[in-house]
Amino acid sequence: MSDEPVPEKPVKKHEPEDPNKPVWEKDPVAPGWQDGAEDPLAVALKEELGDAIESARSFAGDLTFLVRRDAIARVCAVLKEKHAFTYLVDLCGADYPKREPRFDVVYQLHRFSDQRRIRLRVMTGEATPVPTVCGVWRAANWPEREIWDMFGVRFEGHPDMTRILLWEGFNGFPLRKDFPVEGIDTGSAIYPEYYGEGAGPVAGSGTGWKPPKPPQEPS
Amino acid sequence: MNLEAGEANVLTTTYDKIFNWARRSAIWPMQFGLACCAIEMMAVLDPRHDMSRFGAEVFRATPRQSDLMIVAGTVTEKMAPIVRRLWDQMPDPKWALAMGACATCGGPYRTYAVTQGVDRVIPVDVYVPGCPPRPEALLWGLLHLQRKIDRMTIAKPKMASAAAEARS
Amino acid sequence: MTQPLGLPYDDHDGLFAESEEMELNFGPQHPATHGVLRLKLKVNGERIVDSYPIIGYLHRGTEKLFELHPFFQNVPHTDRMDYVAAATNNQAYVGAVEKLVGLVVPPRARYIRMMLAELQRISSHLLWLATHAIDIGAMTPFFYTFREREILLDLFEEYCGARLTLNCMRPGGLPHDLPVGWTERCAKLMADLPGKLDEYEELLTNNRIWKKRTVGIGVLPPEIAIDYGVTGPMLRGSGVRWDLRKALPYDGYDEVEFEVPTGQNGDTYDRYVVRMIEMRQSVRIVNQCLEKLPDGPIMAKRPRVLKAAKDAEIYHGIEGPKGEIGFYIVGDGTPNPYRCHVRPPSFINLQSLPELCKGALIADLVALIGTTDIVLGEVDR
Repeated sequence: MSDEPVPEKPVKKHEPEDPNKPVWEKDPVAPGWQDGAEDPLAVALKEELGDAIESARSFAGDLTFLVRRDAIARVCAVLKEKHAFTYLVDLCGADYPKREPRFDVVYQLHRFSDQRRIRLRVMTGEATPVPTVCGVWRAANWPEREIWDMFGVRFEGHPDMTRILLWEGFNGFPLRKDFPVEGIDTGSAIYPEYYGEGAGPVAGSGTGWKPPKPPQEPS
Repeated sequence: MNLEAGEANVLTTTYDKIFNWARRSAIWPMQFGLACCAIEMMAVLDPRHDMSRFGAEVFRATPRQSDLMIVAGTVTEKMAPIVRRLWDQMPDPKWALAMGACATCGGPYRTYAVTQGVDRVIPVDVYVPGCPPRPEALLWGLLHLQRKIDRMTIAKPKMASAAAEARS
Repeated sequence: MTQPLGLPYDDHDGLFAESEEMELNFGPQHPATHGVLRLKLKVNGERIVDSYPIIGYLHRGTEKLFELHPFFQNVPHTDRMDYVAAATNNQAYVGAVEKLVGLVVPPRARYIRMMLAELQRISSHLLWLATHAIDIGAMTPFFYTFREREILLDLFEEYCGARLTLNCMRPGGLPHDLPVGWTERCAKLMADLPGKLDEYEELLTNNRIWKKRTVGIGVLPPEIAIDYGVTGPMLRGSGVRWDLRKALPYDGYDEVEFEVPTGQNGDTYDRYVVRMIEMRQSVRIVNQCLEKLPDGPIMAKRPRVLKAAKDAEIYHGIEGPKGEIGFYIVGDGTPNPYRCHVRPPSFINLQSLPELCKGALIADLVALIGTTDIVLGEVDR
């Protein structure tokens, strides 16, 4: 009621980090990219394959090579035969629409002798197919079909380039960034005897639900 | 006894009591586990939440021999025509129980490949919410269905025939 | 049009001396397919000539959903992929996020995560045993294993509130500490479990019918297994002693002692024995964790909104009950992942099924689907 001065909020003193605190009580330090050209494997590959390897860098200890698109099958064959990377851990794609070429195909490889893992990246666009590595590792068969299904990246030389997770007649490639999560057309694509061409319920037009915005950091 | 008017009388109620008791005490579900809810459906059969107490332990593999389709799991657009075909293959009287959030309304998956609820494809009698519903919740759903079966009758109610007369 | 049989097999099939090749559809609704798997089989009598798996009947768009939510909100989505072993999915995902962002987990959280993962491994293998045995025709193990599984799920329910889709880990540690008395109940279950495992072995391991149905069925040579990218008990059954918990240890596995079992012949019976021994080793790990459990915080210090650096990418794989489950996450400076891809062990293991079932009987196919231990939620995502 009276004009008393509002008590001051206590000012938080910025304490210097105690160096003896254990690592998990300090703020996390994000790993960064380091240049990987001096790594002995990178040097050996550069000698053997020349300009098929465009660059090498590492993030948090994972060595990543950027490989030229048309040379990927040759690079993988060399890695499997000469450097004993016999285990294809994972093959996946990613979409960077703001970049040209748009798609990334990422290969994770593993070597059993020293438990070493490396990553290969190939950049490709919609119209340019990537040579298949099914001949190098049989494990690549279904993951390449999945990348075709989800992104629309073709693989040259693949024995069975058809949709694997979605049904025949699905229009679109879902994991591209411009494909809405609710889908585009769910009528005539699935039930063509019932709905005419272009008719039927359009997903996403019902409740107007939109995904929630990520939380804003308090400043 | 005016059977033509379709009123309930002692013949129809006795018939109803006997047949409903028989139907609700031996519901044979069809094994239709699609996703995570299937594991909780299997857990209903285990020694702790025994479903055979309610007469429903005989899960048939084929729709032609079953009464109840427990849709346990997400129905995707690729699977939806098959769900419909299996429902059509089941003989009457048949019931459907939508188990879990995905079968009820699409669940957490509002995506391009998921049917937002199995009731877009087949008529559902009982919905059991949960993700996944506890086995006790599925038993609640089964008992709810049994209460619904108890209300079945072969007599037509009087009002429906009066409405039909008024329309004609 | 009859074709003469050129297949090399014994006279037991003399009944089908001349028959036609027929195309048979197996699934997607079938009691033995463990979910919605469809196989198009080309059969000659009772022998399978070729098979073509058709999957995607449970594709729910999880990878697209990952991109819409912040990192910690994606943990429940990971539960529903391999829905039988949710804790190991969680562990793989939060491990990947921690590597991406640079979080270090406190020791108490590491040990509790190890315990949860091993309990989940036991629970997953118990369910595998139940379904595998039921498919082959033995109904009793189902009731026995689910009895133990219920007690395990009680432990999980006490800890995180859910039986199946656990959501029990967070990037940086754990959401809650162990409830009072949890360690005693867990120790009691671990003391009872080896005796119960002996019961199951008594039913099956030396059973003549079980052996006839599983020995020599589905032999997978080790080089072909590695070429197919097969991991987990399927690889170890073929004789390759490789386990990510020993090869690239994570979450405190280098501080506990355990053995990695391998088989010799690579057939279904060996994979069964490998999984039974793995359950016993998991009991051993949990007992060691209970002894050594340190005190301390259960969550690393982390910012309130976890953001990844722009252009950061990571792959982190762990040993789940079915094989190597890994996450490839790309960050872009926002709280949501830009791309989050799952490396599902069941998807990769299932690729080897057509090779395994060439020349097998249809009854053997059922045993083979059980031994690959697939979960369709993971295959289709």
